[in-house]
Amino acid sequence: MSYINKPKFKHPKMQANDIGLTRRDYEGTLTTLCGGCGHDSISAAIIQAAADMSLEPHRVAKISGIGCSSKIPSYFLNKAHGFNSVHGRMPSVATGANIANKELYYIGISGDGDSASIGLGQFCHIVRRRINMLYIVANNGTYGLTKGQLSATADLGSKTKSGEESQFDNIDMATLAIELGASFVARSFSGDKKQLIPLIQAGLTHKGFAFIDVVSPCVTFNNTDFSTHGYKNTWENHIALNGVDFVPMREEITTSYAPGKEKEITLHDGSVVHLHKTGNNYYPTDKENALHHINEHKKQGKIATGLLYINQSTSDLHELQETVDKPLNSLGNQELCPGSEALNDINNTFR
Amino acid sequence: MKPTDISDPNYFHKVVDCQWACPAHTPVPEYIRLIAEKRYTDAYMINWHSNVFPGILGRTCDRPCEPACRRGRVEEEPVAICRLKRVAADYKSDIADRLPQVPTEKNGRHIALIGGGPASLTVARDLMPLGYEITLFEKDKLTGGAMRTQIPRFRLPGEVLDEELNYILQMGVNCRFGEEITSMRAILDEGYDAIFVGTGAPLGKWLDLPGHEEARDNIHTGIEWLASVAFEHISSIGKNVLVLGGGNTAMDCCRTSKRIGGEQVSVVVRSGFDEMKASPWEIEDAMNEDIPILNFHVPKRYITKNGKLVAMEFEKVRKEVDADGKRRLVPTGEEPATLACDDVLCAIGQENSFPWIERDLGIEFDQWEVPILNKSTFQSTHEKVFFGGDAALGPDNIITAVAHGHDAAISIHMLCEKQDISTRPNPITNLSSQKMGIHQWSYDNDISADLRFAVPHADKKKTLNDINIEVELGFDEQLAFNETMRCLNCDVQTVFTDKLCIECDACVDICPTDCISFTQNQNEPDLRRNLLAPADNEEQDLYVSDKLLTGRIMAKNEDLCLHCGLCAERCPTNAWDMHKYLFNTAKAENACQS
Repeated sequence: MSYINKPKFKHPKMQANDIGLTRRDYEGTLTTLCGGCGHDSISAAIIQAAADMSLEPHRVAKISGIGCSSKIPSYFLNKAHGFNSVHGRMPSVATGANIANKELYYIGISGDGDSASIGLGQFCHIVRRRINMLYIVANNGTYGLTKGQLSATADLGSKTKSGEESQFDNIDMATLAIELGASFVARSFSGDKKQLIPLIQAGLTHKGFAFIDVVSPCVTFNNTDFSTHGYKNTWENHIALNGVDFVPMREEITTSYAPGKEKEITLHDGSVVHLHKTGNNYYPTDKENALHHINEHKKQGKIATGLLYINQSTSDLHELQETVDKPLNSLGNQELCPGSEALNDINNTFR
Repeated sequence: MKPTDISDPNYFHKVVDCQWACPAHTPVPEYIRLIAEKRYTDAYMINWHSNVFPGILGRTCDRPCEPACRRGRVEEEPVAICRLKRVAADYKSDIADRLPQVPTEKNGRHIALIGGGPASLTVARDLMPLGYEITLFEKDKLTGGAMRTQIPRFRLPGEVLDEELNYILQMGVNCRFGEEITSMRAILDEGYDAIFVGTGAPLGKWLDLPGHEEARDNIHTGIEWLASVAFEHISSIGKNVLVLGGGNTAMDCCRTSKRIGGEQVSVVVRSGFDEMKASPWEIEDAMNEDIPILNFHVPKRYITKNGKLVAMEFEKVRKEVDADGKRRLVPTGEEPATLACDDVLCAIGQENSFPWIERDLGIEFDQWEVPILNKSTFQSTHEKVFFGGDAALGPDNIITAVAHGHDAAISIHMLCEKQDISTRPNPITNLSSQKMGIHQWSYDNDISADLRFAVPHADKKKTLNDINIEVELGFDEQLAFNETMRCLNCDVQTVFTDKLCIECDACVDICPTDCISFTQNQNEPDLRRNLLAPADNEEQDLYVSDKLLTGRIMAKNEDLCLHCGLCAERCPTNAWDMHKYLFNTAKAENACQS
């Protein structure tokens, strides 16, 4: 952490967005993470993404569990709602919040310990439940807060700073999410904001459960040459299956690409995700193909990144449950408790 | 772009905008930090070594540093650098034991200084400690030159002036007062090893209009009139006074008039108010004393009655810009304005003048009668004759004269030591890390968000009635401290070591003003456009690294860097570090050392 606050001075030509806020207005408190922590870049990417999308901060809820990763929500959007929950239990709290008020943007922030170990069960079920939210795992392959033990996402053969080698296969959060039915799955790298920012924007806009596994190096405990989650290895081995651009719904599309070089995916609100081919001939709508590509890359020691899988035809929890249009938390006493006559009517349907 | 060569002494010097803009290159942030620590005497001596007259300049400097100040680019107003300098002078303790020792045994060389203004005195200050014998010729009975004659005492009290002049004169300068030089040949014949001419720009310009002859007794040139007031030859003026001209001399003339009998004092300028040459703060001070400034009035004639000036006539004009962007003043066609006046002060410019330099001595002049000089050595076409201050390049300001004096002293010393005077000595520089701990720096990086503090003024009722009461009271210690906290410490440099960088983006994410980008290398114009935030101030450099692990480069826009050190605090590998860069121009004592 730093002893001084970030000065309020900003670039004099910094533009305000559609709702009159600059990027600086989307910041949180000054980070207390280690200098160089990938998690800070994730905060910065969320700040930029939210500013570019002109999100109203009070319409965002940030929810996290426990761990270095789960401190991240303090460091962005300090005007948003926030809940720092119990270890591994962010999915439950996010589910509850989303049930109560479906109109907010939900950003769940978790880590590999929080989501792949203590909270793995919760993770599996929130994916199944199709909560409309963006779930980010800041994945550094280590338990940084307890001084650098191997986590469940550490690759087989990767070593801790003290030299202990991982003897187990890793849990790949992205393939797990695809298999469990997540409708938007991406992987990125904290160091590559050009890729991460549009993925966050697309994930926030996607209707349904959006998951991004972000390789986010632990600069203090897991940034060695023999770690697969360090900066050097990730810079050298992360391969984008596609290039991603995000064009919000209200903006005119001005960029054009050579035919065959690019595909568009229109999201439910009219925003468009542009996917540029990167030589992999990859299109992320086929589940089997996605899993195949991810695993092929992994066999070669590569990390497949980009928009890995998207399916826009599934329904989210509220649609499946046929909840009323209004958010539940805005329903009044009259609507929630319609009286004995209404109860009788309901009971009569079962007779 | 090629990687930046930070070993070039000018690279980091340029980042210290205030110091770079100062003609004498005073290490501004260094003395501001010392003021914050209440080390006023140390702060004063830093100033004294580079600008010689801190107390005087802290009240009167043209402050080229302030428009340059980075603070003015990230906020509304620059740091009050000039008035902080005055604080160092006001609160310092005795400096006698800190002044350079002057050897009693002389080096056998004898230098003549002609004119006793800031340029000449700077030469004396630099050469006396080296053992030179110095004779100073001054036509008046006191030294100080324009600082004494053209700056009124309500801006610069006599005791402040005398104190700083005496530091130099007491080194043992042999002064020949009251001697108006009439022949350079005679001076050359006295056999000096070098002669320095610092005679200023002593000729005020007249405005020769119809009626001039008849009204002559009541028309004065600004600088000569101010000098007469300074020497108490003049102690009153008529009730209605018109001051012609929009420069700092005009501001001094009108404010002086107001104090010695002028009741209706107006400043009249030909062009627009916003085109006036006077420093904004001097215009403000005049207006605070209820002096109207009439613009777009072109003087046409002096009107006399019974052989005495009673009014002036002006044509009213407006500004027009033609297709070529050339600005013209066009008559509005209105009736001419007639302004009643008992006295007119012409403050429309001044010139240097050398009727006393014979033209067959080898000292050449150009078509405007200005001596032909080498601009870095200040040597004329005569090997032993040097010029400095207004005498050298025309009317400028005190701090420029001081800078000339330092350079001329180096040249004179090298000439006497038979060295090539065109090979200038290197500046004295030092770059050292300020890291004290993981998050601790040896400078205060927590800059204040306060707006500029105003200097308190004495009550107008008092100051307008006594020409010797200083208007500005100066900052008190608390105000001064608050103002020092606004300084961004631009001399504490962000130094980048590319081999250590792991490209984690921590510096990019924390930088409050988006100065730092990691990107593909490009040519400069493209790079400037494609950084995280565009770098469109081309006067400010880009700091570019060599290729990093990913093939990208680090490019930092120096323009808006707050020097807060957060990039270095967040950097996990010390690829960024904060280094204090001290830069001092070489003085005569640093020349001829090898």
